[in-house]
Amino acid sequence: MANIHTVDITRLKNGEVNLGTSIMAVQFDGGVVIGADSRTTTGSYIANRVTDKLTHIHDRIYCCRSGSAADTQAVADVVHQHAQVYTSVYGEPPTVSTAASLFEKMCYDNKDQLSAGIIVAGWDKEAGGSVYNIPLGGGMFQQPWAIGGSGSTYVYGYCDATYKEGWNEEETVQFVKNTLALAMSRDGSSGGCIRMCVITKDKVERHFIPGNELPRFWEGKEIIGSMSGQKVGIVA
Amino acid sequence: MTSIGTGYDLSVSTYSPDGRLFQVEYANKAVEAAGVAIGLRCKDGVVLGVERLLHSKLLVKGANRRIASLDEHIGIASAGLLADGKHLTRRAREEASSFRENYNSPVSVQILSDRISAYLQAYTCYGSVRPFGLSSIIGGVDKTGSKLFCIEPSGVYYGYRAVAVGKGKALAKTELEKIVNKDLESQQSGNVESSLTCKQAIDEVARIIYLVHDDNKDKEFELELTWICEESGNKHALVPEELLKSAEEKAKAALEEGMEED
Amino acid sequence: MWKQPAPANSSFNEYNTFPLPQTQRGQSSHAHGPVGHTQQPLVTGTSVLGLKYDKGVMIAADNLASYGSLARFRDIQRLHPLGKHTLLGVAGDMSDFQWLKKELDALLREEDALALTDSHPSLSPKNIYELLSNLFYARRSKMNPVWNAVLVGGWDKVKEESFLAYVDLLGTTYSAPTLATGFGAHLAQPLLREAYEAKAGIDGEGPLLTQEEAEKVLEDCMKVLFYRDARSINKFQIATITSEGVTISDSKSADTYWKFAEGLRGYGAQTQ
Repeated sequence: MANIHTVDITRLKNGEVNLGTSIMAVQFDGGVVIGADSRTTTGSYIANRVTDKLTHIHDRIYCCRSGSAADTQAVADVVHQHAQVYTSVYGEPPTVSTAASLFEKMCYDNKDQLSAGIIVAGWDKEAGGSVYNIPLGGGMFQQPWAIGGSGSTYVYGYCDATYKEGWNEEETVQFVKNTLALAMSRDGSSGGCIRMCVITKDKVERHFIPGNELPRFWEGKEIIGSMSGQKVGIVA
Repeated sequence: MTSIGTGYDLSVSTYSPDGRLFQVEYANKAVEAAGVAIGLRCKDGVVLGVERLLHSKLLVKGANRRIASLDEHIGIASAGLLADGKHLTRRAREEASSFRENYNSPVSVQILSDRISAYLQAYTCYGSVRPFGLSSIIGGVDKTGSKLFCIEPSGVYYGYRAVAVGKGKALAKTELEKIVNKDLESQQSGNVESSLTCKQAIDEVARIIYLVHDDNKDKEFELELTWICEESGNKHALVPEELLKSAEEKAKAALEEGMEED
Repeated sequence: MWKQPAPANSSFNEYNTFPLPQTQRGQSSHAHGPVGHTQQPLVTGTSVLGLKYDKGVMIAADNLASYGSLARFRDIQRLHPLGKHTLLGVAGDMSDFQWLKKELDALLREEDALALTDSHPSLSPKNIYELLSNLFYARRSKMNPVWNAVLVGGWDKVKEESFLAYVDLLGTTYSAPTLATGFGAHLAQPLLREAYEAKAGIDGEGPLLTQEEAEKVLEDCMKVLFYRDARSINKFQIATITSEGVTISDSKSADTYWKFAEGLRGYGAQTQ
């Protein structure tokens, strides 16, 4: 219980900025495509509508953050620092697996303190493109594709029905784009623009889809207006 | 009424030996004293008309109407005890509104008539109550088309092409039969639908009411006309003033003509 | 805005029933003491905006009904005409909104039926508003609130002037030439007021906005709300109430601008 000497952490957390998010990473032959929406909210207020949730960890390793903005930024900052130290100590970049393990350790050891759901993805010379999902409790799961954040719950079915092995880069980008657009249209805590990043041996290439150019799917019927005094037909 | 005073007419819960309910039959007498009420079903809707007898010159013009709305699309014209009519109208509105609430759709004329009839019938079953001194013409347009019913004090009701109740209903009915027969003939000659429109029906109903009204015996009257058709937005509404006026003019003219022929 | 749904991460819900009501174990019901009705809104609509202009009044609301943070129904009309000269714009619980519609429609139908025989005047916007505010206050006093915030827009045929007023689940009432509920009260009201006062002045003595100007301001406000309210969508309708009657537009969307964000990177020092 809170008294004047201690801070009530749950009270503090209630007002926190959250990345109630739609994030995603998909591996393909030779690399990964990661993507995220750009909405950051406090409650239902959109604190930032152009957030960049694709966070640089190392040259060919990125993560997608969901959960508390403060927690995930702190964790990403620490892992980023570890990765830099690792490179200078061992003379080569860490693998995606190593970076993911660093995330896993922090998230697992501090699971009571953190709300962080992170997807780590990137390219390394051992594994090529790879994707690691580190959900709320701090477990680590390698997957060919991963989705995360509040918006992801709305698109598991779409992903299961759509994903195929053996896609090329372009097909993978389309899949990420469509999945995120669908998640964003259903999840109030996701929205804004789509940011994507293609990571291969040779490049880290950003893609940006503005909020007014998102792929559109079924959005309910068009609403037709009316006028009073209009004659109505036979009473139904 | 041959059996007056035999003791079987004191309670509605007692049959006479030949199986009649005298109280119900007396209730019909209350209806026969009322100014005529007419309903006419057309191809595009229904017209209701009433000869509202004025028992005093002090009455406000156009007040104390005998045709009322039960729902947007249903009207009722009553003949008989007016207080009974008001009560029944109120009850019928509750039925119509509760039907909408329960089923999210407007009640059909048939169903509403059925419910009103059940209500009336209940007043023929108990010694502590009297039957309604009322015959009601219920007309409306629903998804099944234009419908017209008449409910009697016993609770019995029939569907009609055209119907009249109240004083002089016999004469009114013969006139209505002429109209309906003409319509039927035209149907036999190929027209599937009834050809009579509400606009034409207004004139006919006005004419019949003026014809039935006995200037010498009856008190003065006001003509009351309502309709439900496309022109009224398929809602039960008063016939517009100009149309009412012109129908009255034509009715008076027809009457003059008739007199000259006599 | 409507009893802030707990953020997903701070209230782990075993059975994923959020935001359905969660009964506290061991304190579900008591035989004595006050009867508790106070529900919580489940399927909700967000802001409604209202603005007086030179020919009458306009009311705007988007087409979304949310279920917590799920954008559940994206084709819901939250503007409801009552008779020829009144319109409600409703925020908050959509089931209560539907109940309200049913009650008021039935009342208006009864009034219509009575009018045929009694020829009494139809309910004015003010009559309907007064009835609503009494209803809302009575219900909150029974600890069973009608979980809505409502803007009533109308045209008063007798006074020949427009009508715009607010009433909410607590029975709170007020009236002003510009009004907004929920997030709109924070984000749109200042913009509406600014546009209104630019012509009419702080006392409202000057000329009012024209139809085109009013529509533009409302569309701009709906855009800002779409930018900043996580329970909104870019699909909305505007109703216009004048001496001629009520007109409700087809659903439309605002042009939004995002291009500037293309070059943004990270949350601090990140450049890649």
